[in-house]
Amino acid sequence: MKEPIIDDVAADLEPTFPKLSSQGVNVFYGDKKVIDNVSLSIKEKTVTAFIGPSGCGKSTFLRLFNRMNDYIDIFRKEGDILIDGQDIYHASVKVEELRKKVGMVFQKPNPFPKSIFENVAYGLKIQGIKDKKILAESVEKSLRASALWDEVKDDLNKSALALSGGQQQRICIARALAVKPSIILMDEPASALDPIASAKIEELIHQLKKDYTIVIVTHNMQQAGRVSDNTAFFYIGELIEYTETKTLFTSPEHELTENYITGRFG
Amino acid sequence: MVKSNMTNFERELDQLKKDIIKMMILVSSQLEKSEVAFSNQDVAIAKEIHHIERRVDASDLSIDKECENLIALYNPVAGDLRLILASIKIISNLERVGDHADKIARYVRKKQIKNAYPKKLLQSVKLDVLFDEAQAMMEIAIQAFIEEDSAVAREVFAKDIIMNEIYSNAITQMHHYAEKKDAPTNQLLYLFSVINKLERVGDLAKNIAEETIFYLDAKILKHHKVKRLEDLENL
Repeated sequence: MKEPIIDDVAADLEPTFPKLSSQGVNVFYGDKKVIDNVSLSIKEKTVTAFIGPSGCGKSTFLRLFNRMNDYIDIFRKEGDILIDGQDIYHASVKVEELRKKVGMVFQKPNPFPKSIFENVAYGLKIQGIKDKKILAESVEKSLRASALWDEVKDDLNKSALALSGGQQQRICIARALAVKPSIILMDEPASALDPIASAKIEELIHQLKKDYTIVIVTHNMQQAGRVSDNTAFFYIGELIEYTETKTLFTSPEHELTENYITGRFG
Repeated sequence: MVKSNMTNFERELDQLKKDIIKMMILVSSQLEKSEVAFSNQDVAIAKEIHHIERRVDASDLSIDKECENLIALYNPVAGDLRLILASIKIISNLERVGDHADKIARYVRKKQIKNAYPKKLLQSVKLDVLFDEAQAMMEIAIQAFIEEDSAVAREVFAKDIIMNEIYSNAITQMHHYAEKKDAPTNQLLYLFSVINKLERVGDLAKNIAEETIFYLDAKILKHHKVKRLEDLENL
């Protein structure tokens, strides 16, 4: 395999003050190395797609940024993961505080078996906010930001489980937005949705980019092309190529990238 | 040859390349025949060129449609996308080469050239060399596409410099003849038109080579000025 070309990336991929960055990161599950010396920087208020075949480490790498891997007993990390220049694995960092800053949306919509309102207000209530006016305002704001308000404003007390898959996913996004994160991690957020619901999520990602830094793991090449500014291609734990999305999908530098995105393997 | 482990999309791309190569061969034969038709004022060959022209036009339309379908159905990216984009432009350039060959043949078909050309005139403008260079440029551009070799495609640029020199000399000679008292005006006008068309064929061959390089190396050479052989090193 050729050397990764991460030294050769476009200027905006090396922001002076990156929102997110990793420096020489290795991840092990037991003895197995699943992320191999990955360094990359992500600029604020951009959308970055992580792509690569199943098992390439892209989801593991994504989860480093909100310390979701900490729950795995055999997980071990080397190197630094920084958000706004701060090492988020430092002993002084409280994971709960970190996750307020870094929201996450999963592949399968996972609303709680509660009302729409309670779902979106959940994080705020955990934080101890009880003021009904503040809660109501925050729920409306989050539902508007997730492009769901007009569809559910008259049914806020209805169970979130009664909504369609696409709506449930947007409830999950609203729930993440309610605690005012600055980063949203999305792990295949539209893979369980039909094309119309998927298109709504993609449009939402475009709108959210104004205020949030978004990192999305996707298996859908066209989706990566449509929603992201930059794309990182992972293969067997290595970052093979990280560049502007339009460059990656028209003239990738690396043969492995070309073979993957053109469907020659994976 | 279609490999058995190819995906359907790969088979479609393979077919696209084959269709373009067939069109290249047709256009190449038009150009070759146009020299014979013009040099010998051979009406039968001139008519043959026109028959081929219809097949070239049909290929142009069907390959265009093929490319449109591939983009719509397969969402191609990277090298696949570049092949399809390059193909659309290559066939457009091929079709224009065919047009030029057919227009040269039309002068013969319509018997518009009243008298035989003085040998001295044809020699001084080096018409045979112009025909040969235009054909050679097309052959190299075609070879580069078939063999998927961008180094071969770059040879077309070197040829274009030579072509431009011969063209420039031809125009000077034409001026010289036109200023003569008993200048064969009718013949000179047609000859001037043929020379211009051959120079344009050279440019179109260069465009085809540029598109092949874009497909293979993702490099855009369009609008690069190559006036001297040294300029080629920067491409």
